[in-house]
Amino acid sequence: MKRLPALYLWLLPIASGAIFTGIWYTVRYASGLGSWILPTPVEIAAAGWRERERLVAAAGHTALGALGGFVAATVVGTILAILLGTSRALRASLYPWLLLLQMTPVIVLTPVIVLWAGPGMPGIITITFLISFFPIIVNLTQGILSADRNHVALFRMYNASRLQELRWLRLPSAMPFFLAGLRIAATLAPIGAIFGEFMVGNAAGGTGGLGFLVYSYNTQIKIPALFATALTSCLLGFIFVAAVSGLNWLMLHQWHESFDRQDH
Amino acid sequence: MDPNETVVNFTGLRKRYGTGPLVLEAIDLEIRRDDFVSFIGPSGCGKSTILKLVSGLSPASEGTVTVMGTKPRQARDRQAFIFQDATLLPWLTAEANVEVPLRIRGVAPEERHRRARAMLSLVGLDDARDYFPRQLSGGMKMRVSLARALTLSPQLLLLDEPFGALDEMTRNRLNEELLALRAQKPFTGMFVTHSVAEAVFLSNRIIVMAAHPGRFHAEVAVEFPYPRRAALREDPAFLEQVTRVSRLLHEVDTVVPV
Repeated sequence: MKRLPALYLWLLPIASGAIFTGIWYTVRYASGLGSWILPTPVEIAAAGWRERERLVAAAGHTALGALGGFVAATVVGTILAILLGTSRALRASLYPWLLLLQMTPVIVLTPVIVLWAGPGMPGIITITFLISFFPIIVNLTQGILSADRNHVALFRMYNASRLQELRWLRLPSAMPFFLAGLRIAATLAPIGAIFGEFMVGNAAGGTGGLGFLVYSYNTQIKIPALFATALTSCLLGFIFVAAVSGLNWLMLHQWHESFDRQDH
Repeated sequence: MDPNETVVNFTGLRKRYGTGPLVLEAIDLEIRRDDFVSFIGPSGCGKSTILKLVSGLSPASEGTVTVMGTKPRQARDRQAFIFQDATLLPWLTAEANVEVPLRIRGVAPEERHRRARAMLSLVGLDDARDYFPRQLSGGMKMRVSLARALTLSPQLLLLDEPFGALDEMTRNRLNEELLALRAQKPFTGMFVTHSVAEAVFLSNRIIVMAAHPGRFHAEVAVEFPYPRRAALREDPAFLEQVTRVSRLLHEVDTVVPV
């Protein structure tokens, strides 16, 4: 592939963004649509500024739900993956059911979740958990099973116990897989929390969250504010992914080949 | 220790993987304390399998393998294995890699650091202690692997083409270092290689093997006294030995249908 100069790599997204904005404005004014159907970026920014206090409070609420679900998914996912990765019998007996659970659309389970976990935060965390735990299990299990054959032979040669093999060989070598799973979970967790708030958040008396704002702005036809909410959600998702990327760098940059400098 | 004591003994050994064809046929072998035996032969002759049988990584199909008077698995704590690539754990520094066998054995941290440093110093890597494997050259990685294998002072060292991926200069230097290490920490050696010169330089016995099924074709005694130095490679007698072994290898190679 032909390489582009570094400057172009910075200029190109700015240029495409400008073109896209141009099309946006053209469509808006050529079609005569109102701001309640297609608000312009300036109108969205203004609405975001007007609603800033509600947006920030809602983002905090959503971040809490997303973080709760994400942490639960990481803990449960890690424990299950270690069990699945070390026992063939458990893998055979649990994996099909986990797959079945993952195949079930969460929306179908929502009424039951509200019934069991309760509305508000517990329900939101449960939904976030259900949406984000699967990639962690799948990736970490795969990582545990993918330890280098010669490394395994080496540990066997030294008569290492199963626990030593897990702690000093399989888990560290699964770290890149685990972090890849965590990164997917980090993109899913805020989506899960917003979805959860949209579905069950208002049942607790409308305490907040971006998902609940989507619901209420929609019923009030505050479309620019709705777009501003979407933008805030993007930002929240970005923070989640950036945090996991930071963790990824921290854990891997010293030894993993994905951080080898490319020859130019 | 008695230099003639039997360390490894194969009697009527046959090996097949599952229900596959015979990989090794009717092998009888005796290796003594002072031996450094090289196994050389075309691919598919089962030379690596011999090491797996000795280490207990793979069981015999028929016949017996005795290692230091016991079953291979029971003798594991007195042997070490060096693989084709250095098999260093990439997330550990050179020093931590050398410590792996000590950690598994439950050696206390202080003692572990001390012994790992001493071993790294023995292979000339004092300055590379804190480097990760990806920062090391192929030759340096193999030195770390050697240091790791020798930390527990094994009586038997199994080497499966350890220097096959290195350039010739590095390989020669590591051959010399291996013999120097052996002079300091004596061990019985079993060495699998594709290089005749390497086999002649290192061993006192070379076993030439044939393939399909794997079997011993000939054994050559190499009588140059240890310690052997780099200059030995230019000795006409050395070249003569290399020619002899090459000829034997040529015999078995022409038999193999392509």
